[in-house]
Amino acid sequence: MATTTETEKRIVELEEATVRFCGDSGDGMQLAGTQLTNTSAMFGNDVATFPDYPAEIRAPRGTKAGVSGFQIHFAARDIFTPGDRVDALVAMNPAALVTNLSDLVRGGILIANANAFDKKGLQQAGYEANPLEDDSLESYQLFNVEMTKLTRAAVKGTGLSTKESDRCRNFFAMGLIYWLYDRPLDPTLRYIEEKFGKRPAIAEANRNALVAGYNYGDTTEAFISQYQIPKAKLAAGTYRNVTGNQALAWGLIAASKLSNIEIFFGSYPITPASDILHEITKHKNFGVRTFQAEDEIAAITSTIGAAFGGAMAVTCSSGPGIALKGEALGLAVILELPMIIINVQRGGPSTGLPTKTEQSDLFQAFYGRNGECPLPVIAASCPADCFDVAQEAWRIATKFMTPVMILSDGYIANGAEPWKIPEIDDLKPISVEYAKSPKNGEPFLPYSRDENLARPWAIPGTPGLAHRIGGLEKDALTGNVSYDADNHQYMCELRAKKIAKIAEDVPAQSVDGPTSGKLLILSWGGTYGACSTAASQVRHQGGDVAHTHLRYLYPLPENLGKLLGQYDTVLIPELNLGQLRTVIRSEYLVDAIGLNKLKGKPFVVAEIVEKIEELLA
Amino acid sequence: MSTDTSALPVLTPQDFASDQDVRWCPGCGDYSILAQMKKILPATGIPREKMVFVSGIGCSSRFPYYMNTYGIHSIHGRAPAIATGLKASRPDLTVWVITGDGDGLSIGGNHLIHAIRRNLDVNIVLFNNRIYGLTKGQYSPTSPVGKVTKSTPSGAIDNPLYPLSIAIGCEGTFVARSIDTNIKHLAATLRRASEHRGTAFIEVYQNCHVFNDGAFKYATDRTTKADCVVELEHGKPLIFGANRDKGIRLNGMEPEVVELGKGITEDDLLFHDEKAAEPSLAYLLSRMRQPDFPEPIGVYRAVDRPKYDEMLNDQIVEAREKKGDGQLETLFHSGDTWSVE
Repeated sequence: MATTTETEKRIVELEEATVRFCGDSGDGMQLAGTQLTNTSAMFGNDVATFPDYPAEIRAPRGTKAGVSGFQIHFAARDIFTPGDRVDALVAMNPAALVTNLSDLVRGGILIANANAFDKKGLQQAGYEANPLEDDSLESYQLFNVEMTKLTRAAVKGTGLSTKESDRCRNFFAMGLIYWLYDRPLDPTLRYIEEKFGKRPAIAEANRNALVAGYNYGDTTEAFISQYQIPKAKLAAGTYRNVTGNQALAWGLIAASKLSNIEIFFGSYPITPASDILHEITKHKNFGVRTFQAEDEIAAITSTIGAAFGGAMAVTCSSGPGIALKGEALGLAVILELPMIIINVQRGGPSTGLPTKTEQSDLFQAFYGRNGECPLPVIAASCPADCFDVAQEAWRIATKFMTPVMILSDGYIANGAEPWKIPEIDDLKPISVEYAKSPKNGEPFLPYSRDENLARPWAIPGTPGLAHRIGGLEKDALTGNVSYDADNHQYMCELRAKKIAKIAEDVPAQSVDGPTSGKLLILSWGGTYGACSTAASQVRHQGGDVAHTHLRYLYPLPENLGKLLGQYDTVLIPELNLGQLRTVIRSEYLVDAIGLNKLKGKPFVVAEIVEKIEELLA
Repeated sequence: MSTDTSALPVLTPQDFASDQDVRWCPGCGDYSILAQMKKILPATGIPREKMVFVSGIGCSSRFPYYMNTYGIHSIHGRAPAIATGLKASRPDLTVWVITGDGDGLSIGGNHLIHAIRRNLDVNIVLFNNRIYGLTKGQYSPTSPVGKVTKSTPSGAIDNPLYPLSIAIGCEGTFVARSIDTNIKHLAATLRRASEHRGTAFIEVYQNCHVFNDGAFKYATDRTTKADCVVELEHGKPLIFGANRDKGIRLNGMEPEVVELGKGITEDDLLFHDEKAAEPSLAYLLSRMRQPDFPEPIGVYRAVDRPKYDEMLNDQIVEAREKKGDGQLETLFHSGDTWSVE
């Protein structure tokens, strides 16, 4: 971008920046954040994002309950979190300012839509005086920008009503941030053309607003400095942005291709999992059959039906839906059919915090069924990891003939990051074989086992393999109903042993940092970024801390117990009250320490660093 | 497990018997339904390995264990949903759902209505005995008001559900009723169901002689059945009675029982039209109940409507025609990408 302007601007080069857009849930903040994310990624920065929005689609305008935010961290190096503190905050109204200001660093940039700070807006936010006009914000670089007025002026002549014009304010805000951080406008201009091309007036208005915001930064004397964040040194290759939900959907499609089995996806809409359904149903040309079921129970039971028929059967939900699926999961376990169950966790219990992230369904995944009912549980660590986890789940499901549960969470699901597109030839084929018709009229034994203790996958349509299965305990070979006491004990132990054996089939747990010493951070799921960043920060300052992150939660990797024994102290940060910690204590008799947060938000790095320093002191 | 003999060109009812002992109480109406099912299946010409019986929980739901086909005895109420996933992903299979009044209308009511409204190409047989048998005698959603059972010592106070009214309310494309002991009629009705494309829903009056003996005595007893049951035949007037001297006439929107003769001829009666596009008349028939009316048996409704599984699979074919068979390379590189050198 050209920087020669009438007013001479100072160019400041930075290693990284964190920006947050916040405003009313109707202000288009998620769109603004997504556009800045894509633009920054395509520019060549590493990015990590944190969209944060209310459960209500449209809470009353201007209220604190209705504030929606999108935080993006972009950097000239590898990053793993959306940033602890915000360097630049865009507040579209007083409610957004009052609810977000505490995350802005002292001296940070605060861009406020001055037109929204009227009497009513201030009152709704609980301000007695206008903070833009008293000295209360003097420790920040405050920019009062009349965004409503400037946007209306910019879109004048496109024929839009005042109300429609005001909807373009997010593009004005975007334009201003694009100037401030020297971002190219092209990707967003392209987006406008694709999205609004059929409605030329709206397309033109959004374009005008974007450019007006950019030019405003360029020409207004108030903005003295412009910031540049050079490209990150990422591994060579072709990249794209992915969110966790998108990567999960694509990972499933990849697994389907790699195993040559078409997907049946049965699900019931639930936040924050629905986007997986929305994404996967777009790809019917991969043979993806989606079924929006009448309820969560039909979602899982249709999945069981499809699995019996030989499909790559998948269902997805969030905690409350998984609770409803509990009985059917037991059926899936006793039937020993391969399928994938995805839980995109959110705040609980009950309806809890639907749009906020949490890791409190680990116990549910482990124990949320009647009877002795083990199933493998694996967790994704970041948006891009969802792609790999989906394939791994299907590999395990088919190799061991078992339902597999994938844990994701709201933070991973909605967060975006650059993903290095894999070479198709580098993806590992997943070999699956259905049982074949017996020769010489041998009797078929549906519960006979191979070396992995897996039973045959005998699908309807195969002559000679007709068999009946069900939820009643079954005979160890024929699968016929059996009430025999010894058989029941044998079958319970066998099902447990089969799942336990999966531990032999997964990579040994490895560690970042010293292989023995004072402190080990043990994490799982979406806390990966914050934990690894914190541990490496402390190590750089000379602290004796290692980090290990679990993908395989049930069964746990074989070497984990030994590994934990190499450290004086084990710290387990979790977005719950200590669920993995309880498991680790009972499994290994390790007196692990917890760091537990239940605020609907991911850990910030500083919280973990502080705990590490306390333990090392 | 018995050996499959699917290669044989002609199957017999015995070919559909599994090696499992049937464990319903001796004298249960379920035996008759099982026998009629085995009887009609060979004539369908469908190989056994292409058939799947899916059930939930309850006495009726043991049915799949006794059929030498593929089968799933699942969990309470969920058979229609299991069948949906199976049939949607394997439209080549013939799928039967076996359910009961508790399984299908109480715990599984939601799945039943949605399967019917989607017009999934499966056959659903609901054994209605108006009682919970497997749990030993509690009242069911089809038990009449006042029914005294273990769980209703002072009499049931819930207004009952009528399976056919529900199926017709969901605009089911094939809705029929038969009776366990009326074996010819039952076999004919099952056969009609097997020929229907779309959801075929059949209610079978089934006697539980242990916990609710005689619930349908009016419809099965030689001395009363002619007056208590009217057999529906497409294009024919509704005539009943031991002497076939009574009929059903429409008086505005209300049916009424009339005696033939005395100036009333067959032409004055209601003629059955199972192909009527409007389900209203079929619904009206489903509301004819004892003791005021004879209860209709036979096919209430048999109409054509697109099938869920077919449409779902058509969308796959269309997507492939339009976009080509999905390729990962294309998918991954769709939209904005950038290169790092």
